[in-house]
Amino acid sequence: MTNRPALISGILLAVLGSLCPFLWFALTSFKSQIQVEAIPPTWWPDGSLVFYASALVEHRLLHYVTNSLIVAGATTVVALVVATPAAYALARLRLPGKTWILGGLLCVAMFPPIVIAGPVWQILERLGGLNTHWGLILPYVSLTLPLAVWILTTFFHELPVELEEAARIDGCTTWQALYKIMLPLAAPGLFTAAILTFIYAWNEFFFALLILTDPERQTLPVGIALFQGEFIMPWGEIAAASVIATLPLIILVLLFQRGIINGLSAGAVKG
Amino acid sequence: MAFPALTFVAVFSLYPAMDSFLLSLYSDFPGPERSFVGFGHYAELLQDAVAHQAFIVTLGFVLFSTALELLMGTGIALVVHERFRGRGWVRAAVLIPWAIPTVVASQMWRFLLNDQYGAINAILFGDRVEAYVPWLADPWMAFGAIVLADVWKTSSFAGLLVLAGLQVIPEETYDAARVDGATAWQRFRYITLPLLKPALLTALLFRTIDAFRVFDLVFVMTQGGPGDATQVIQFYGYKTLFTEGRVGYGTTISVTVFVAMAILSLFYVRTVGSKLLQREPA
Repeated sequence: MTNRPALISGILLAVLGSLCPFLWFALTSFKSQIQVEAIPPTWWPDGSLVFYASALVEHRLLHYVTNSLIVAGATTVVALVVATPAAYALARLRLPGKTWILGGLLCVAMFPPIVIAGPVWQILERLGGLNTHWGLILPYVSLTLPLAVWILTTFFHELPVELEEAARIDGCTTWQALYKIMLPLAAPGLFTAAILTFIYAWNEFFFALLILTDPERQTLPVGIALFQGEFIMPWGEIAAASVIATLPLIILVLLFQRGIINGLSAGAVKG
Repeated sequence: MAFPALTFVAVFSLYPAMDSFLLSLYSDFPGPERSFVGFGHYAELLQDAVAHQAFIVTLGFVLFSTALELLMGTGIALVVHERFRGRGWVRAAVLIPWAIPTVVASQMWRFLLNDQYGAINAILFGDRVEAYVPWLADPWMAFGAIVLADVWKTSSFAGLLVLAGLQVIPEETYDAARVDGATAWQRFRYITLPLLKPALLTALLFRTIDAFRVFDLVFVMTQGGPGDATQVIQFYGYKTLFTEGRVGYGTTISVTVFVAMAILSLFYVRTVGSKLLQREPA
């Protein structure tokens, strides 16, 4: 199917369409206030860093970055620690109702957030988890578990059973077989699950908005959504904050494109 | 071994979903006057014109965005399935919109569509400032804007599900067709498309379910406006539940959304999910 001109125009269209809108936003972050408010807009920026300075100093951007790192980092660690034994059990052990559990997890992953929002808020209110990071991490772990379990189950599935049987014969318990033999082999799967969980927690907005009303605790998406200027919309600062919020994700995608693509389609098509 | 994971899901997903249903059977505000109203709120929902509008807007959004995303996604998949130098970079590039936080994508499109400083107006009208359009102030244009933002952000996700489908089609099938003199279009129409059906169905269902949940785009870009033109059901539920504090009625809205979704999920597990389950060793 090599129709060269068609392929090249397809590539150009896909790449430019994907990148240009954000590129323009990124350019905006390096403009000056006068340039941002120019009508019609100026395309090329002066290379000014005022918006970054103002976002970092006046809008305390680093604060939101720290909160996001804490929440996304902790969610990733807890979700993986909890998902790994579950996935192993689902892939290997004779569990009653195994298919029901996998199917049920899939259903849970599809709950619209609004369905659980009210009661989750009430639970956290009772536990004193509102406006705390752990109060956000707990529901995040629950929401990212299904995908993590699915990815890991697929991975464990593809590893040869003989390895564990050998380990058992040598006297390993189930847990030892998991931690000594399977985990090192499933490292790529763990890594993929970790990246996807991190991206989810880094980007999530709905629950963060409900649970964190105190600006001291809010994560980046909440900060960016509620960005307010005194008189005008601070577009330059919003653009600067957006670039900072997006940069880690762009790096992850550039480095781990293959793993992300495999992980996302793991539960869906590969089977 | 699966116990901790199941506990998490039970406490923070299953119990809340069931509790939402119980809460929807009681009057709105907690306290001593709270009373059992049965399906009273559901009767109210049947009469609520704003809710009907929100359901229609949501359905419209789901329909348009998933159709466009499948179309664009298939295009993206066909391109990045080909072998060429730098393919890894192209795949990474099309994944970037998917990785960008939805809130950031929303602010970005809001700015691109700005009536004064926006790039879209500048591209369309250049120096003719008097022709600039306040896109987000018009009901239809605002609806189009959230569809556009969603399509930009998630087409590549649909694309990589389709790509996974393309990858399992054996190359020999195409070779055989080529020997028989099939044109590129015929090969696509009679080989690729039929064999791609399961992947397309998966992508369609995943995107449909996700589009039902649209919230961030609306919260940032339009706040449901102008009027109620972009008020999707999840945003209406959020306002009822958390801004007005109407627990009973808010959970009624969410349970209704849930029932619609449950039917879809069941359909999904039955048709596509069963394939994975069948491959489980007995």
